[in-house]
This record gives sequence, structure tokens and C-alpha cells, in this order.
Amino acid sequence: MNLIEVNNVSFAYTEGVPVLKNVTFSLNNGSVAIIGQNGSGKTTLVKLLKALLKPTSGDILINGINTKETTAAKLARTVGLVFQNPNDQIFKNKVLDEVMFGPLNIGQSMEEARENAINALETVSLVDKKEENPYDLSLSERKLVSIASILSMDTDIVILDEPTIAQDYLGKAKIRSIVHELVRRGKLVITITHDMDFVGECFQRVIVLSEGQLLLDGPAREVFSKEDVLRTANLEPPYVTQLSKTMGYQGVLLSVEEFVVYYHSSVENLERRS
Amino acid sequence: MKAVVVENLKYRYPSTERLALSGVSFEVEQGEFIGIIGKNLAGKSTLCEALVGLVPHFYKGAYGGRVVVDGVEVLSSSVSELARHIGIVFQNPFTQITAAKLTVYEEVAFGLENLGFQREEMVKRIDYALKLLGLYAYKDRNPFELSGGQMQRLAIASIIAMKPSIIVLDEPTSQLDPLGSEEVFRAVQSLSKEGITIIMVEQKMEKIAQYADKIILMNEGHLVDFGAPEEVFSRPDLESYGVEPPVFTTIAKSLGIKDNKTGLYPVTLEQVRRLMIGESHRS
Repeated sequence: MNLIEVNNVSFAYTEGVPVLKNVTFSLNNGSVAIIGQNGSGKTTLVKLLKALLKPTSGDILINGINTKETTAAKLARTVGLVFQNPNDQIFKNKVLDEVMFGPLNIGQSMEEARENAINALETVSLVDKKEENPYDLSLSERKLVSIASILSMDTDIVILDEPTIAQDYLGKAKIRSIVHELVRRGKLVITITHDMDFVGECFQRVIVLSEGQLLLDGPAREVFSKEDVLRTANLEPPYVTQLSKTMGYQGVLLSVEEFVVYYHSSVENLERRS
Repeated sequence: MKAVVVENLKYRYPSTERLALSGVSFEVEQGEFIGIIGKNLAGKSTLCEALVGLVPHFYKGAYGGRVVVDGVEVLSSSVSELARHIGIVFQNPFTQITAAKLTVYEEVAFGLENLGFQREEMVKRIDYALKLLGLYAYKDRNPFELSGGQMQRLAIASIIAMKPSIIVLDEPTSQLDPLGSEEVFRAVQSLSKEGITIIMVEQKMEKIAQYADKIILMNEGHLVDFGAPEEVFSRPDLESYGVEPPVFTTIAKSLGIKDNKTGLYPVTLEQVRRLMIGESHRS
């Protein structure tokens, strides 16, 4: 059984205007990036995975359970979703209460919830702000609070909708290590993002949506080799990949490290030949 | 006349201890495209709010020094008076949408109505701004039914329609897809070529390095550096300010590829490509 199965799913907010059309894929543990142009249906798709929305046709199975036959509340133990806009998610007037709300709601004891919340706040480096009002924090910090509130629930599936918005270099590095750590612990991490270099460095599999349809689905290296197809979906490969292509390098390079290794080996080859 | 003059600006938010801005000084020429970079909480958004007068008029707090935009002193003018000279696109587009209007078209009209424009001129400007940002097809939608990225473009369109002399943009492309954000950068660049002064906070270093004339590096309320992208991104201490240079510069630094004439590292794909080709010809 797959952790997530999406079978022929279509969805429309208004009748006759489909946002998703016949989307099919399945996911198990590991890291998956969902990319696609604005309005391609990415956020709608993850709301369907969380059962906040139900398919107009087709089925979504989470751990074998059809989302049509369950509720977002019941799925909360399995699926955690970090909203794109933290202001839509945060409602408590104390950071710690906010991060403890989810764990308490899925039946953890007060002590357990507190411990998990503190751990989650440590992960995002916000423990020292635990007594503050989330709305006194900056947008980037609020985004990290919204991530911590989901981490504290320890769900098997963690969905992040544009986690790097408003994050600087350190914030991004933090999110990168959160993704790696979750994958190491056997979780499924699904991330929507527009940051292609972040995808190249951090995600094993990439799903591309275009106008509500699944355009590409495969390992990051394979998806980013298809530059022409990506451009039809308003996307482009990571900058490193673009540079290696302009230089006429073989293969698809996804990170600075890969580029540097390739460069040195090609210089050695040149020297050996001459 | 300079477009922006900031002299020894100091600012502290009410009931806080720390200075959010501490002795910031710089000058911007008309039509320049300035990028502001720095880690979170460096003071970037506060600086933007000080340029449009929300600091100190809306937030209150302790204020020292002087900010002059388009010849108008911020401290002695109201925010609505300043709106005729300088516009701001907020970091979070949800904050920008008025919620007083039911369609995208009327949302863009809101600022123009407040400035008292004639209907004919309003229609011309709204059409122009919506087309520039690729939103014309959505003109009859409710702003809150747009996707995050579309809403962000709407926020930009509603400021561009007002055609202020100076436009401040706080991470305006954070929710846009790669080609969408490229379009916004190009649109903003063309405004700067028309003489509109652009001041943009950005985390996308590759883009800001390519498009900005000059970069301001902020750290803990201080202005650390103000110079050409190649100068700022070549600083060896850049990472101690929590800033990563464009990936092209990172590659060039680890390969020791510099422009021999200036001694600076490349910051764009084109620059690094040219230097690398030169390098391989020499070896």
C-alpha cells in the first residue's frame, strides 16, 4: 500500500472551471517538490491531500483511507500542512500555545505536547520567543512558527506550502536541514516552492503541474534535464544547471558542489590530454 | 535633486529596546534601481517603511535624523501626502489588498480614486498596469479569489498605476514562479529606465545582482555597504552578515575566478560564463 495514492483526481471550485484535471501519482517516504506556475493548482492539490477539499471526481487514498470518507480532523494525526500564508494558520496569542495546539488536539498529554512543542521550536531556533505574541514577530519568524506547529505533531506526512517565503540564507538552511532530518526519520515531505536551486539541492523527486495537469514526474535530475518542457510551464532549471548547460557540460548538475567537482575533473582531463 | 536622501536615520519601535535602524545614511539618484539585502531582522522592511513615512507616522516610536523623498521631508509630511511621491508594495500581498473592492479592476482603481484622477486617465492607467503584470484576464475576479502569486502581482499593479516618482518593493516576487518573477524584474527595470526610482528588498540574489544598479547591505539596523553588485557580493565577510551571494559568485569564489581588471567576482551567469571561457583559453 502506498502512503498517498492520487487516482484520476479532478477538482473545480466553480463548476465548469477545473483547477485540477485527471491527476494520478503515488507517494511513499522521501522528499518530493511540487513545482508549477502561479495558478497551476499546487495549493489546491495539497489541500486535497489534507482533505480540506474533496475531489470532484477520482479518489485520494491516505494510508489506504479515502479522503471522501474521512475528515481533515481525523487525518490530522497523519497529514500536517503548513499554510502558504502564516497569518491564515496562526491564531493563538502566545507562540508556545500555538505550537502546542496541534499536539493537544490529536490527544497528546500536556507534558508530551509541551515537550514536542519545545523541540519543534528548538528546530526552528525560536525557543527564546516562546512567550511572545506571534503577531509581534516578523513574517519570516511567523512562517517558522507555523512550521514548528506542524513539526510538533510528528505526522508521517509533512506538507510545506512555500516554506522559503521571506526566509534569508540562514532560514533557508534551517528549512533544508528540517527536510533532510524528516526524510532520515522515514517521513514523507511534500514541498511547494518556486526556488529551483532549493529543489535541486534538497529534493529527490519532482512533480510538475501545469494548468491543472501533471506535466512531469520523476527524479530531480531527470525533470531538470527537460528545459524546454519546463519553460512551457513558466519554469526553469536551477541556476547551477543553467550555467553548466551554457558551458556545454555533460549531464545535469544540481548543486555548487557538483559543478566544482565537474570543473576540476574537466581541467584535469584537459591537462592530461595536453 | 536627489530622489532619496537619508541622513543619520535612527529609529526604535515603541516599547522595544533595540534600534531597528541605527545611523543609516545614503543618497539615491533619480531613476536608479537600488537593491536592499540583509538577513532577517536586519532592518530592511523598517527602512522601506521609513521611506514612505509609515515610520514614524503610523508606527510612532523614537525617530532621529532626516529622510527626504522627491524633495519632501518625511517627518513633516503626512503619509497620504507622501503617497503622491512614493509608493510601497508590502512584503505580504494579503496586507496590501484593501478588501474594500470586489474586483481586481476596482482594486487597482482604489489608489487612483484617492488621488482624485479623472475617469479617463484612471481607465488608461489601470489597463496599462494590469496588462504589464499579466492580470488583465482576471480583471473581474474578486481579489481574494486569486492565487498567492496573482495577488502579489495585483499589489504591484496597484502601485504602478499610481505612477509615483519612487517605488519601494519589499520582496515583491517571493510567491511568483520563475518566469513570472523575471517578468516583474523586467517591468520594474523598464520603469527605472523611464526615470522612476526603484528601491527593492530582495532575497533572490541572482536576480537583484543582475538588475540592480547598486546594492545596500543591511545588518542589525546598520548600513554595512552601498555599492555596485560586484563590489558588495565580492566582500569576503558577506556570510558573516547572513547573506549568501548569487550562486554564480559562490561558484566563481570556489574556483578562484575573478575579473582581473577589477579584482571582483562575477555576479551573473553571463559574467561568469565569459570569465570561465577566458580561463579555459589561457590554460
